[in-house]
Amino acid sequence: METLARGFGEAVQLLLEFEPALLEIVGLTLQVTLIALAIALVLGIPIGAALGLARRIPGRSVLVPLIYTGMGLPPVVVGLFTYLLLSNQGPMGSLEWLFTPSGMIVAQTIIALPLVVGLTMAAVQAVDPDLPVQMRALGATRRQIALTTLVESRIGVTAAVVAAYGSIISEVGAVMLVGGNIEGETRVLTTAIVLETRKGNFALALALGIILLALAFITNFVFYRLQLRQGGP
Amino acid sequence: MTTTYRLSGVQHVYGERCVVDIAHLSILEGEILGIVGPSGAGKSTLLRLLNFLETPTIGHIEYRGSAYDGDVPLSVRREVTTVFQRPMLLRRSVSANIRIAQRIRGGASGDALIDQWLDRLGLADLTDAPIRTLSAGEAQRVALARALVVEPSVLLLDEPTGNLDPYNVGLIEHMVRSDTDRRGMTTVVVTHDPFQAKRLADRTALMISGRVVEIGETEQFFTDPKQPETRAFLRGDLVY
Ligand SMILES: Nc1ncnc2c1ncn2[C@@H]1O[C@H](COP(=O)(O)OP(=O)(O)OP(=O)(O)O)[C@@H](O)[C@H]1O
Ligand SMILES: [Mg+2]
Repeated sequence: METLARGFGEAVQLLLEFEPALLEIVGLTLQVTLIALAIALVLGIPIGAALGLARRIPGRSVLVPLIYTGMGLPPVVVGLFTYLLLSNQGPMGSLEWLFTPSGMIVAQTIIALPLVVGLTMAAVQAVDPDLPVQMRALGATRRQIALTTLVESRIGVTAAVVAAYGSIISEVGAVMLVGGNIEGETRVLTTAIVLETRKGNFALALALGIILLALAFITNFVFYRLQLRQGGP
Repeated sequence: MTTTYRLSGVQHVYGERCVVDIAHLSILEGEILGIVGPSGAGKSTLLRLLNFLETPTIGHIEYRGSAYDGDVPLSVRREVTTVFQRPMLLRRSVSANIRIAQRIRGGASGDALIDQWLDRLGLADLTDAPIRTLSAGEAQRVALARALVVEPSVLLLDEPTGNLDPYNVGLIEHMVRSDTDRRGMTTVVVTHDPFQAKRLADRTALMISGRVVEIGETEQFFTDPKQPETRAFLRGDLVY
């Protein structure tokens, strides 16, 4: 209990002091998370929408269970896979992305992508199947039908964004393996928490944890406001 | 008189069941054709075929002189629209729902036109109302406004007044009639209410089990039906 209280105090203090090392960690956390999220959304929303709309794609009976599995991928396994991909002998070794933020973004994109695809697909499938028919009857092209249906499923798609964001900002296994938790280079909030806990700096670790939760909360608060606005007209 | 649709040997099958089975049917340019018939007769399915939403399993539908197998050009598709039995509206405002029909067809978003239609259908106060707050009859009128705003040359109506009070039924029938006459639109109206066909349609057809049992001038259809099924249907007997 005392540790908790101290952790909270320390967190406030750290924040108020604008400790440069801390700001750097927070900045990198946000940078890696948001870029990975953006890539996952740009790729995942169209794929998810296509899967949700076209119910008769060949290979669907294998593809969909694969995506569902992907939604629960153990981050450590993704980290290992990305590590091998980016290591010197790996197929993407020439990029020299191992132990860099770019490598971490690759790993987190792999974690977020199936979530975005799977949840977008579910959201689109939840739209009344007669709606695309009505749009077609109004003279819509396939592209217009897809866009209208996607917009109609916007509340569910926002949930996909929230789930993907939450899973990668709080993820530690993959960024630890691929990033290496190098101070000033690849240290993010989660890996810093692991390190400080190991060193016995519980108060500092807790402070970092509180900051992480606050970041998640603030972002989700914004998402929720967006969702509320979409529920109306 | 030119024909808008000419159906020959059209059969539409779901699974094992032949739901529409029409040897010959012509729908004439500029007419209002009423279609009555018991539930499950295939009326809605026929409208889906006429709107090119499905392709008949067997047979041809000739539309304005051309038969299309599968791919119907966009410009042709956009001449036709349907107001479905269940109004399918987007979870947005009333005006946004009507605007989308114009947007889809690349038409200029004419807010004045939208207001004009909402006003005509007694929905002027609901312009900004969210769809989920509408009553069933209001939703039905929004769906109708959305179809009429794009000025289709063929309008297919599936039970357009099922949820409406007599005043609004009259209003909508008047509107369909005046647009049909003003623009030479061709209209097919499926209705459960024989009296609606009697008031509105130039010709009326009776569908039973996928077949057109009788079709004729509305006047004659009601006063002097040729088929025993028609007489039974108009009496209110169960026909199938
Ligand atoms: N997609 C479908 N798959 C299988 N059967 C269908 C499908 N659509 C319609 N049917 C069947 O085809 C038959 C005709 O349906 P349809 O909706 O055309 O009837 P209807 O005349 O419009 O009836 P109602 O007056 O009740 O609206 C029904 O028995 C229905 O169960
Ligand atoms: Mg029907």
